[in-house]
Amino acid sequence: MSSIVLILLTGIGLGALYFLVASGLSLIYGLMHVLNFAHGAFLTLSAFIGWQVALSLGTASWGSFLVSLLVGAVVGAIFATLTELILIRPLYERHIEQVLVTVGLSFAAVALFEGIWGTDAVNVAGPAWLKGTTDVLGARIPNTYWVLMIAAALVLGGLVLFLKKTRYGMIIRAGVENRAMVTALGIDVRKSFTLVFAIGGAAAGIGGVLAMHYTTFVSAHLGSTLLIFAFIVTVIGGLGSLTGAAVASVLVAVLQQFANVYLSGTGDFIVVALLAVVLLVRPSGLMGRKA
Amino acid sequence: MTVTTGVPTLIRGRAGSVAPFAVGGALVILMAILPLLNISIPGILPGATYTPGSLALLSLCMVFAALALSYNLLLGTAGMLSFGHALYFGAGAYGLGLALQYLGVPLWPGVLIALVGGLAIALFTGAVAMRVTGIPFAMVTLAFAQAGSVLVRRNQQVTGGEEGLRLPVEHVPDWLVGVVNTRSLYWFTLAVVVIVYLVVLWVDRSQLGHLAQATRENEQRVQVLGLRPYTAKLIVFVVAALCASLAGIAYMLLQSGTQPSSVGADLTITVLVMVVLGGVGFRWGAIVGGVLYTILDQRLTVLARAEWIHTLPDVLRIPLSEPLFLLGVLFILVVMFLPGGIAGTMDSWVRRRRGERTRSQLRQLEDAANANAGEVAEVRT
Repeated sequence: MSSIVLILLTGIGLGALYFLVASGLSLIYGLMHVLNFAHGAFLTLSAFIGWQVALSLGTASWGSFLVSLLVGAVVGAIFATLTELILIRPLYERHIEQVLVTVGLSFAAVALFEGIWGTDAVNVAGPAWLKGTTDVLGARIPNTYWVLMIAAALVLGGLVLFLKKTRYGMIIRAGVENRAMVTALGIDVRKSFTLVFAIGGAAAGIGGVLAMHYTTFVSAHLGSTLLIFAFIVTVIGGLGSLTGAAVASVLVAVLQQFANVYLSGTGDFIVVALLAVVLLVRPSGLMGRKA
Repeated sequence: MTVTTGVPTLIRGRAGSVAPFAVGGALVILMAILPLLNISIPGILPGATYTPGSLALLSLCMVFAALALSYNLLLGTAGMLSFGHALYFGAGAYGLGLALQYLGVPLWPGVLIALVGGLAIALFTGAVAMRVTGIPFAMVTLAFAQAGSVLVRRNQQVTGGEEGLRLPVEHVPDWLVGVVNTRSLYWFTLAVVVIVYLVVLWVDRSQLGHLAQATRENEQRVQVLGLRPYTAKLIVFVVAALCASLAGIAYMLLQSGTQPSSVGADLTITVLVMVVLGGVGFRWGAIVGGVLYTILDQRLTVLARAEWIHTLPDVLRIPLSEPLFLLGVLFILVVMFLPGGIAGTMDSWVRRRRGERTRSQLRQLEDAANANAGEVAEVRT
């Protein structure tokens, strides 16, 4: 019983991390039809800068942890906004080229990060509580998972409120639904492109700082590993669907954890197999619109 | 009267389509006799053309040219943006290594086994991934390649894990082993490039290739015509994967070993960079891209170790000592400012020149016609 609770809760925690990365990807794809390969680079840069900030403030305090999260979000948002303005916007409506540019950016960025911070992984530390565990029904859950869940829940809640209650959110939702119509109504959808990139970048930035605490190290390749799972999650959830991304993140991560424990570490395969099955049965994903 | 004299120069005859073959044939012959010559190209090759170092670099260039050609078949002809092409390259490399090591077969049956393995993987993953098109297809192929990469890294006893798999040289004929025989390896990779080129050319010219091209332009229209775009695309996908496996086999023999990175997404992205640099949709562009990338990567690595780089301030030193950073920036610049890559830009330049010639001829015709009309008009008044 306790091991099932442990696997379930760590799965949900890992799913929360996937969601932080996948939410931005899904929104960006839904609105702009851009597959953003540079998302991993946003995440990695945020993690590195967040770690530098935490180092300068002293790693053990909660204050520096929260500040590093905030800095991570801001760095991610700025990096993403600049990417959209400088690289994506000039290639308006040329989707393949837009993908290629983000591929080039992630290629160059990873190399540059290696140049700046070295090729070896840097070990990180956080508040002492993060290293401890909490008992739930006899299962000892590492505390980082709670932080991941809280962060993802806050981001999800914030995104839903933003999308449902604000004018910009409504424009984004309408743009995902039918961009031509929104443009025809005289609304400049391109402003919301930048906004979506900034939001996605901020979520990825938070994800980056937390992923660093989750893996207890940060390296130039932190983002690329997570990005592939985020891609899988967005395809399974249905491209452009935020709820789909949330459901698929948890589903994928829980399944992965169960397979890792009970099927001798085959978690990554089960995820790819799940992807294949979903594509065979429902090519548009769990919550994607029928193509 | 002037019209009839103008027309024959406007339409180019079949002569135009023979020239590339003559140039290509001459190039292959030149490449084939290169190990027998003593030519130094300072700054590009590490030594004279007959030295093993230069031959190894040229062979690596050709392996990547073959891989880029196969990827161009996928992206250029069929319009499929795959992020999992390295999976089939790795399947060729690892397939050969594993067949030689565990089945103990000689080289040529081993090559056949590796190709059949690549074919099987390509058939399965391609059939599933093609359930979706466009960007989702890219993501799914990426996921498959990632699964392959995990498989290779995890099963350390079989594949050697992170350390990579060494080529069991005892099963390979002596003339393909060792630095002394770099020359025969060079000829082997040259043969691989030529084979891949001919296969790609054959697919491009065949009905299948035309169907794949039509599908790239408008899949619905192909379906309405009662043709099967899915089958055509799948066959092109599998052929491209087989060519990649062949390139992987050549890589395995050339490097006498392979690492897990030959399966992962990074290699696919590298090939994508090569093809885009060279020009998507141009066979010679893919070759140029593959060769240029490999040489640039090699030269930039040498540059990164140069003395004067280390005396620069950090702002300049760090970017300049990262070859992949420079290549990534070059790639972004090409995508943004040189769409069509090297081959596409040259092609449109040649076309423009031709177009200008045609236009000036047409203008002369028009002027002559106007002059005639003017004369007629003058006579009338």
